[in-house]
Amino acid sequence: MMNNQKITSLHLDVLKEIGNIGAAHAATALSDLLNKKIDMRVPKVEMVSFHEMMELAGGSEKVVVGIYLRIEGDTEGSMFFILPVEQANRFIQRLISDESFNFNDNPVSELGLSAMQEMGNILSGSYLSALSDFTGLKIYPTVPGISVDMFGAIISIGLIEISQVSDNVIVINTSIFEEGVEDSEEVRGHFFLLPDPDSFESIFKALGVS
Amino acid sequence: MMIMSKNNNVIKVGIAQMDVVKIPNTIRTSGLGSCVGVVLYDEMKKIAGMVHIMLPESTLSRTETVNVAKFADTGINALIEMLKLEGVQAFRLKAKIAGGAQMFKFTSDKDSMRIGPRNVEAVKKELRKNGIPIVAEDTGGNSGRTIEFNPATCKLSIRTVNQGESEI
Repeated sequence: MMNNQKITSLHLDVLKEIGNIGAAHAATALSDLLNKKIDMRVPKVEMVSFHEMMELAGGSEKVVVGIYLRIEGDTEGSMFFILPVEQANRFIQRLISDESFNFNDNPVSELGLSAMQEMGNILSGSYLSALSDFTGLKIYPTVPGISVDMFGAIISIGLIEISQVSDNVIVINTSIFEEGVEDSEEVRGHFFLLPDPDSFESIFKALGVS
Repeated sequence: MMIMSKNNNVIKVGIAQMDVVKIPNTIRTSGLGSCVGVVLYDEMKKIAGMVHIMLPESTLSRTETVNVAKFADTGINALIEMLKLEGVQAFRLKAKIAGGAQMFKFTSDKDSMRIGPRNVEAVKKELRKNGIPIVAEDTGGNSGRTIEFNPATCKLSIRTVNQGESEI
């Protein structure tokens, strides 16, 4: 098990690089999908308390579109792609050429939902295959699930594995946004990669920094 | 929006945390997914406590130091002790609970996918063990919940994204 105290700035840099490579590939995939330029921000790697984790991406009560999958294989963990509802609406409207699509509708149109799920699939797939290529680790993602709900309710499922070991979580947080709109939390899409506590060692070992 | 008077404070309980409340204040926790919010209250004394539980059993913990509020078994006991310090007698306590949703539908064997229902079961078992009746509950489903308890009325307000607000 990776002891939190033993994580040095070199380790953090490695994790940042994972976020960088992963999100860059995902941003390119999204850009191809929408035929639109997508920018990304410098990745952040932080050790935060569960409470702080719940307050990321605009707060625990903010309604977001969340894609969640588990990673299995040589390294394990949880991965989320979180989009604010307004931004998710814009992406999906463009993707299915339907201006009237809205995630706030009840019920949400099946076509839009499955387009979003597919988008999540493609983006997380590009993120994770980049991660796999970079580390040489075999990574098997589960089929992503989708939920339109409060951020806290969505992200907390990713804390379950970690909470058996720790009260803190190391999160690799990269965000992307549409070029041409002003970058703010309102438009930012987040990739959150939460490696399971036992998985840091395999990542570091694979990259020669154990 | 939660209904409350302007002068009152809302005590916020974070994930894996607990606290107590007295009138005229209210107590609240937000973004419950698979977690369960447990409210224990004394109708006579108008005192209540809330704990935001993440996991069913402290035996799941692989650390030596345990945050008691994280688990159903230790969290409920710790909340009872906290309320006793406020002069509440345990036999007067009643419970209202909410949460334990399954936010994502997967076909996975992984136990963590069923954590919501397991948390609810564990909370109920622990309350039964302590002889505390569950007066009302809103558990399961697949929606996130924000809950707020008012010790003056002993009502628990529940807000979800799709079903609006209700009171139990």
